[in-house]
Amino acid sequence: MANKVIHALYNDDDILMMAVKKVRAAHHHIDEVYCPFPVHGLDKAMGLAPTRIAIAAFLYGIVGLSVAITMMNFIMIQDWPQDIGGKPSFSYLENMPAFVPVMFELTVFFAAHLMVITFYMRSRLWPFKKAENPDVRSTDDHFVMEISVHDNEESLKALLEETGAVEINVSEKHS
Amino acid sequence: MASHYEAPIRKPLVEGDKGYHDVTLDIVAPVEGKANKSWWIVFSIALVAFLWGLGAIIYTVSTGIGTWGLNKTVGWAWDITNFVWWVGIGHAGTLISAVLLLFRQKWRMAVNRSAEAMTIFSVIQAGLFPIIHMGRPWLAYWVVPIPNQFGSLWVNFNSPLLWDVFAISTYLSVSLVFWWTGLLPDFAMIRDRAVKPFQKKIYSLLSFGWTGRAKDWQRFEEVSLVLAGLATPLVLSVHTIVSFDFATSVIPGWHTTIFPPYFVAGAIFSGFAMVNTLLIIMRKVSNLEAYITVQHIELMNIVIMITGSIVGCAYITELFMAWYSGVEYEQYAFLNRATGPYAWAYWAMMTCNVFSPQFMWFKRLRTSIMFSFFISIVVNIGMWFERFVIIVTSLHRDYLPSSWTMFSPTFVDISIFIGTIGFFFVLFLLYARTFPVIAQAEVKTILKSSGEKYKKLRDAGLPLYTMPEKAKATKAAKTKKEE
Repeated sequence: MANKVIHALYNDDDILMMAVKKVRAAHHHIDEVYCPFPVHGLDKAMGLAPTRIAIAAFLYGIVGLSVAITMMNFIMIQDWPQDIGGKPSFSYLENMPAFVPVMFELTVFFAAHLMVITFYMRSRLWPFKKAENPDVRSTDDHFVMEISVHDNEESLKALLEETGAVEINVSEKHS
Repeated sequence: MASHYEAPIRKPLVEGDKGYHDVTLDIVAPVEGKANKSWWIVFSIALVAFLWGLGAIIYTVSTGIGTWGLNKTVGWAWDITNFVWWVGIGHAGTLISAVLLLFRQKWRMAVNRSAEAMTIFSVIQAGLFPIIHMGRPWLAYWVVPIPNQFGSLWVNFNSPLLWDVFAISTYLSVSLVFWWTGLLPDFAMIRDRAVKPFQKKIYSLLSFGWTGRAKDWQRFEEVSLVLAGLATPLVLSVHTIVSFDFATSVIPGWHTTIFPPYFVAGAIFSGFAMVNTLLIIMRKVSNLEAYITVQHIELMNIVIMITGSIVGCAYITELFMAWYSGVEYEQYAFLNRATGPYAWAYWAMMTCNVFSPQFMWFKRLRTSIMFSFFISIVVNIGMWFERFVIIVTSLHRDYLPSSWTMFSPTFVDISIFIGTIGFFFVLFLLYARTFPVIAQAEVKTILKSSGEKYKKLRDAGLPLYTMPEKAKATKAAKTKKEE
């Protein structure tokens, strides 16, 4: 009984938003909402914590910058210092202007790629990953709200119907 | 709802009576439908051009760079001209998707997907030229700073050519993941509609199992915003660094501090022109006129007009600085450009890049589809000539008059260039048939604020949604009971 879930389908983002607020006001826990496009304010209405991925990206950027500095300091200053055009490479700081482009590029490279990889891992997205949306219409024009059933199937159904769901399905949770 | 409000003065960005499902149907149509005859004809021409160019590349690599028209004075010509031209074209995509995202320009949503595709495909073409020019392309990995068998021999981080390696590869790879991340929900849409097993399999693979959970969308939006923030300086840096290839040298005509902003403006100029060239055709062929409207074309024309004028200012500033510097080499370089043996190229550039975009001041002309298409081609040609003028006319007569000479391309130079145009169109045409060419998930987010259907509803004071019948019925019953 515990792994039974109810799927309420909505066909409009505004109706969905009102429904989410109503369901939350009735003290039900919304397990998930599947949307075909980002609905602004949905994460707040559902009570989701803000994402920290931007902070991660900032840290990755610092890593990229450090890698760039370490690499160029080793290559250009430590390992094989050269005197190019009367500008000897004896100090990283004095030669830094020439290194700024690569420092910038590697900062962006690390921040962008590691952030996207983090996003893919956290949201479980990768090639050959099986999609888990309960209804194929949820990538087209329907919004699916998922709520687990705890011996309250009928009252939940009634509540969801009242919020403007166009379809309500009860199913065993597959995972 | 108040959150969908948009000033009534704004024209709709999605024309027609379109709801969410209509957007899906319109964007999936070219993917689910069959290619028509004209697609096959254009594709065949592009494929032949590509194969011809491939043959020329194989000939170059197997025989040597001597097959090109280069000589000891003009050591850089069509190859670098083509390289800079393609990189420049590659600037519009990320500019549209990143800079316009930061500025919250909703009109970008109809064009960003194709513009980014164009970016990626044209940067691929650009990348080919330096690699072929190496003569031994299998040693291209030598540009990467890796420990090697020659002892502690490293690449030179003081060289702008190496900065370019980092700039172009960062730009290509970051643009690619930006593009792909945006594609995931749209691939998922095609996947969930697919009925043929093979198609289902392919789009399942491409969509990385995108599910559209609320948390995924929250991260998706944050990732898009941060990527846009990262890509904005990246776009500006790439052509800045390309311009360093020239500006850090001592060749008169190259050694100038105006190059970075001037190159960036020129890149945006040529990129938008190419976007216009491609989208004016695509909106017609793929029946996307309701999404890529005349308003979109007009806005891109305005960008072309402004960046064209910036480029024009840069040309004139160059002339002024040459005179004002008092350096005779510098003065001669510019006198030679305007009146020397390559004056035809200089004036072709001036006409195409400075004069022709000025027509866009007239609303009638910039809202004319045929005229926009014509100007976009003119600008593409003009920007190719700009790079040719900068590179060849600066090199062919520099400090040593005894080495002065002329450059003329061989058929191999021309074939490789035509080959890259063919390759570009092969990729773009395949993309147009298999990818969702408009970011449909994003377009759906602006439908209620900028779609014609919802604008009309709002103007009429009607709600933007209708409660489903069943819910209405239960509600009505309930209120009756309460009575």
